[in-house]
Amino acid sequence: MTNHWIDMVNTDVAMICGSNAAENHPIAARWLQKAKDNGTIILSCDPRYTRTTAFADYYCKMRSGTDIAFVGGIINYALQNDRIDREYVRHYTNATFVIRPEYDFNDGLFSGYNPDGDPPRYDSSKWGYELDESGVPRRDMTMEHPRCVFQLLKKHFARYDLETVCSVTGADPETYRKICDVYTSTWAPGRVGTWLYAMGTTQHTHGTQNIRTYVILQLLLGNVGKAGGGINALRGESNVQGSTDMALLFHILPGYLKTPAVGLETLQDYLNKYTPKSNDPLSANWWQNYPKYMVSLLKAFWGDHATAENDFCYSYLGKISGNLSYISLFEAMYAGKIKGLFCFGQNPAVAGPNANKERDALANLDWLVCVDLFESDTSVFWKRAGVDPGQIQTEVFLLPALASMEKEGSVVNSGRWAQWRYKAADGPGEALSDAAVITRLVLALKELYQQGGQFPDPIVNLSWDYNVDSHGEPDIHMVAAEYNGYYTSGPNRGRQVASFAKLAADGSTCSGNWLYCGSYIDYADGKGPELEDGPHITQVRGRKTINRMAKRFAEDPAGLPPGRCIGLNPDWSWCWPVNRRIIYNRASVDLHGNPWDPKRWVIRWNAEAGKWEGDVPDGGWPPMANPDGSENPKTKRPFIMRPEGVACLFAPSLADGPFPEHYEPLESPISNPFSSRQYNPVIKVWEPDKIGTPDEFPVVATTYRVCEHWQAGNMTRNTPWLVELVPDVFVEMSPILARELGGVRNGDWVIVTSKRGRIRARALVTNRFEPFFVGGRYVHQIGIPWHWGYNGLATGDSANLLTPHVGDANTMIPEYKAFLCRVEKEEVA
Amino acid sequence: MEISRRSFLAAAGTTGTAALLGLLGLDLRPAAAYAQQTTPRRGKVYTTICPYCGVGCGAIVEVDDAGRIVNIEGDSDHPINLGAMCSKGASLYQLHDNPRRLRKVLHRKPGAGDWEELTWDEAIRRIAARVKQTRDENWISQDANGHTVNRTDAIACLGGAALDTEECYLLVKAMRALGLVYIEHQARI
Repeated sequence: MTNHWIDMVNTDVAMICGSNAAENHPIAARWLQKAKDNGTIILSCDPRYTRTTAFADYYCKMRSGTDIAFVGGIINYALQNDRIDREYVRHYTNATFVIRPEYDFNDGLFSGYNPDGDPPRYDSSKWGYELDESGVPRRDMTMEHPRCVFQLLKKHFARYDLETVCSVTGADPETYRKICDVYTSTWAPGRVGTWLYAMGTTQHTHGTQNIRTYVILQLLLGNVGKAGGGINALRGESNVQGSTDMALLFHILPGYLKTPAVGLETLQDYLNKYTPKSNDPLSANWWQNYPKYMVSLLKAFWGDHATAENDFCYSYLGKISGNLSYISLFEAMYAGKIKGLFCFGQNPAVAGPNANKERDALANLDWLVCVDLFESDTSVFWKRAGVDPGQIQTEVFLLPALASMEKEGSVVNSGRWAQWRYKAADGPGEALSDAAVITRLVLALKELYQQGGQFPDPIVNLSWDYNVDSHGEPDIHMVAAEYNGYYTSGPNRGRQVASFAKLAADGSTCSGNWLYCGSYIDYADGKGPELEDGPHITQVRGRKTINRMAKRFAEDPAGLPPGRCIGLNPDWSWCWPVNRRIIYNRASVDLHGNPWDPKRWVIRWNAEAGKWEGDVPDGGWPPMANPDGSENPKTKRPFIMRPEGVACLFAPSLADGPFPEHYEPLESPISNPFSSRQYNPVIKVWEPDKIGTPDEFPVVATTYRVCEHWQAGNMTRNTPWLVELVPDVFVEMSPILARELGGVRNGDWVIVTSKRGRIRARALVTNRFEPFFVGGRYVHQIGIPWHWGYNGLATGDSANLLTPHVGDANTMIPEYKAFLCRVEKEEVA
Repeated sequence: MEISRRSFLAAAGTTGTAALLGLLGLDLRPAAAYAQQTTPRRGKVYTTICPYCGVGCGAIVEVDDAGRIVNIEGDSDHPINLGAMCSKGASLYQLHDNPRRLRKVLHRKPGAGDWEELTWDEAIRRIAARVKQTRDENWISQDANGHTVNRTDAIACLGGAALDTEECYLLVKAMRALGLVYIEHQARI
């Protein structure tokens, strides 16, 4: 989230599209309801009438997989009716940037397309900015140049007219026009809209571009950076933000540094490749600090062994080539290339797409280690129905883990708040924390590799000084202090680094994750209420320290002056980066530093004091204009993480094009009316023989969650109270479809079949689903919650037995949200 | 004026109770007396954060004098949830006190039809040996073009969005040091 949960109360219009917040983030939805009490308009756009829809002012239905068409039409509406914030667009986006003449778009394809690769690829150099003689992107501040982004954008989205959009999405034209009108009303000064989404948006072969449509619209309306605005991904797991920040993903290292690629032999090669450059004196180009963050990371990993002479142990890191993401990983396992697997609180036998294939792949492992609270479906894949354990040669270890209230540490919520929790009691039996499991394993491997082995140095030299106790539990405060970082040499040696601005590239600082620098500091660097006594005052390595993540000073709105009651809570926990509660907040002010919206300002420039007030600004540079209107040479543009310094309406770095374009899901009931390209032209099609067609599988299906269960279900399907509430897997379908199937009634068992598998589930016949009129005919859609599996207190078929092994062109997130199936009434013998 | 149960209890435990009641203009003494009767086992209260979705709601964990968790409920001092919990959050107690929780290390031999118990020492010894053997047999120092690679493709690691941030950091540090590159988790899917 650019903003945070409480901030929803500040908005004028909330669009919930690709999320069912009332079901999956119920407590957050209370803030929406509170906002509604204050007059906020709530819009719900979804294939199904959901619990969120139930309190929305307007609901517009849309077929799964058609977000780009749906939102592209709103973008077109905003542009055609001039409902955009021109000043914001001109100065804070790349609308004015001129694109090179090689850029083109024709019949669903951008220029630079090479169909021969697997997957096919674009040469994105065709989409670059035109540069002036000093190497700075050329701009046309009138936004009239035919090749400036604004004009290209207008041209691209002019094709998204209401009629075509409604014929693709199945939206009712009148309702759709109302949605366009209400949401784009937030272009006006003093009005703001927030866009809330979740996996309904991302889990598509064009998921990244779905989000891009939201971003483009929010930028055109001037809604990013403001209180009550932003692009807000509602995250589904308590620490999926923290785990992503810590880079449990193949392509990144902690703090979103890149995993070294094959060919980058030295640290210098690597830094040259990934440190962006800008010739624009007004660009902060924050990533120019990349070398400081990378060297500090290597120092945190290998301590004193990492020196300038040995490239700070850069050679210890594995170099990657190709895509090694989740689907690729399971394809490699299925092909027998992966021999061993660790599963820390993850349950792929239920959670993965085409789950039959993933379950079969597990049998190719020599060994499997599962660390969990309960016996997970994955851990017992060898004794599920239909397989002979005697034929499965996998050695399996199931290690008992501690639950959240049985150990100490932090989790990061969707608003980037890192919040500390405490150990209240011992766990059951011999359960240990995941930290202890990892630690015991590392210490055992260090011992083994001291006696030799392949490339032993990265293991033997790995820094692991965490005061480990007799159970193997490390001192978790020392771990937190290390990812924050401390000085490793010089006069400050041992002192916590107070901010990432102070990290160094010469090896004098360590920091396991630069984004978290500032979360765990020396007491001497503290200020304000955090100096008061409390559990956040700690001792690490003999120093008096402040664990800012443990801070609990909630804001009292009554004690704040008018305009400041926006719920930032700056002294409650800590949020990255540098406790900035609303990121891109320098776009919330005009060129002089005055808030666009004085009623609920985030930051403002105090000219007398020469500094910003309010939230932590995106850099302390002065506003862009001097009082007389001239450009201030000391300023920096507001989007400091981009080399351009502005936000991207046109994004040349994506795999599937600089603008979003509607393509159908891999499996779709209609042909794409926007172009002759049926589906995203640069996705990897893993299983061409496993694509269902509408003649055999006429019904669109999607998956989702219910409030009473969580993800792959291993925690909730073993909790009796929750099992009592929702015991069985079900399929939601419209009464019309139920009739067409020969009279299916609520509670009847039905069989759902896709090209990959079949499941048995109870029918939930409800008007919440209606058929869609698309491509000139009616198409049915059904929905299935995906929590169930074959093990646990409550069991049932997994919806993922049906879903395809195909992913987004940029992220390879699976297309769980739109596929084809057939539904039949179960014949009772 | 609204008063939550938690702040009421906190206030009731201080010498300012009478003053608070006076301010409210209400006679809450019977309620205070009842509240005191119903909490005889309270030893300590810990704050925690719900382990389910990404909202980050606060909860309080009440522990009796024997160190047993006796109750978990919403934290009314928490600015996001103000004491409220959804159905999952309201069931946190059963995540802790649950006969289905794993208590021992379980081990399944190749081809076996059921689990056997193992000690931690033995499990760690065997897993470490497995990791070393797989890693060493499948170590890639260089690719076909002579580029340094220093990795193994034969071991993968999944998880964990359910781990604490510190644990995620330790996990990535350990797995990268081992030369794993198939490192993925829930955030991808």
